Amino acid sequence: MNTMTLDAAGQTAPAQPESVEKATVDTDTRVTETVGQPFCDDAKLRMRGINVFYGETQAINDVSLDIGRNEVVAMIGPSGCGKSTFLRCINRMNDTIEGCRVEGDLTLDDEPIYGPRVDVVPLRARVGMVFQKPNPFPKSIYENVAYGPKIHGIASRRAELDEIVENSLRRAGLWNEVKDRLDQPGTGLSGGQQQRLCIARAIAVSPEVILMDEPCSALDPIATARIEELIDELRENYTIAIVTHSMQQAARVSQRTAYFHLGHLVEVNDTETVFTNPQHELTEAYITGRFG
Amino acid sequence: MEMHFDQHISRQFNEDLESLKTEMLEMGGLVTRQVADAVESLANADSELAEKVLRIEEDIDRREMALDEHATLIIAKRQPAASDLRMVMSVIRIARDLERVGDEAGKIAKMAIALTDEGTSPRGYTEIRHIASAVRRMLNESLDAYTRFDVQSAMNTLAEDEQVDMDYRTAVREMITYMMEDPRSISRVMNVLWTLRSLERIGDHAKNICEQVVYLVEGADIRHGHEDNLKKA
Repeated sequence: MNTMTLDAAGQTAPAQPESVEKATVDTDTRVTETVGQPFCDDAKLRMRGINVFYGETQAINDVSLDIGRNEVVAMIGPSGCGKSTFLRCINRMNDTIEGCRVEGDLTLDDEPIYGPRVDVVPLRARVGMVFQKPNPFPKSIYENVAYGPKIHGIASRRAELDEIVENSLRRAGLWNEVKDRLDQPGTGLSGGQQQRLCIARAIAVSPEVILMDEPCSALDPIATARIEELIDELRENYTIAIVTHSMQQAARVSQRTAYFHLGHLVEVNDTETVFTNPQHELTEAYITGRFG
Repeated sequence: MEMHFDQHISRQFNEDLESLKTEMLEMGGLVTRQVADAVESLANADSELAEKVLRIEEDIDRREMALDEHATLIIAKRQPAASDLRMVMSVIRIARDLERVGDEAGKIAKMAIALTDEGTSPRGYTEIRHIASAVRRMLNESLDAYTRFDVQSAMNTLAEDEQVDMDYRTAVREMITYMMEDPRSISRVMNVLWTLRSLERIGDHAKNICEQVVYLVEGADIRHGHEDNLKKA
């Protein structure tokens, strides 16, 4: 636990986030403005003119994107393109990185995320996050899920907590596998189970948005299929943004796909369009594995 | 967007797609030859040439199966997307059309043999030559447009099918009139009618190939009269 900062939403973030590639903006004449449909009518998250800097280095360049209610948006792009950096702006995870500066307008239900009076603790309860490596607390399975609701004051009585724990584990598709060993450590579960436990932990505090940063990259195909199935079910109640290196995964789980390249948002379109007939040559080059 | 199938990071993938396309075009060349030979065997009452057409037909069937298998393997191994996916899909569809063109050539060859046995038809050879030359040109042009990813040329060729259909209907009317006048010729003129029917179908298949050129390059599915999809793409 020493190396982790544990925030009130029951999320952990590595103190020195190992998975954040320091994306850098480069000039590429082929990128002018985002093509496709970056905006939507029923936006849960509205992001306009986002720039992100790590010290002097610009990692995100003028990105505008909406994420709709009950929508899954997949963010794809080569390593260092800024997709994780962008994702981490949404629940101010970048605040934990020294020298990181975010400019532009981000709103959640039309309320500014970077407003002066915004407390990141309740913000991160509304905008949950699931990381690349499953990171359960070194506590029991039960405590992993119950921790967030407890510190947020969502529930205090044992009966209420029991209900939240069971519901969250059920929705994460893990209940049947763990219901008889809730008192055992979460770290004793398999990788796929740990990741579903982290998802249960994220949804235990009733978030509105779930951010997923390569949630399946450490999982085998069966565990991956379970998570993908789960994402589809979660969409009924949540808004989901997922960063993934697996193009097939983006194609399977998302309604819209956003392609990032060197800190720019190159194209956003219906996932079907992106994978059958992308509009931008850079998107085409990336998803077909060509030299871009 | 320009079509490049030789710029994948995986060189093997480049080669897979290239050889898929080459195999399909080879099949196209063979099928085109079959149509020419079948029509010639009929026009010249050359049953030997007609027999040859029938023998080669089996080879075309095998090629269609080989192309299907090759395309299936690419899908399984590479999960192609975007233009790569459209390339694979278009090859599968074109291979099916080419196989059917091969079947039609086979039918014409059978008519040629029948006409050699029963004696030539008193009518219809001019019409056959005329329509055959139009559909052979369409077939050539459609495969050529595919090779060059040339949408404009594909659209031009596609439009030629309307004239072929009209010429076919005119020829059919003439043959029917003739059969009514001279019922003794019915069985021979019917062979001509079946041949005209096969040629008209070949025109349809060439049109289908043109539609696949548009699909490959523009990502627009214009089959079954949905040419407005091209504007949306």
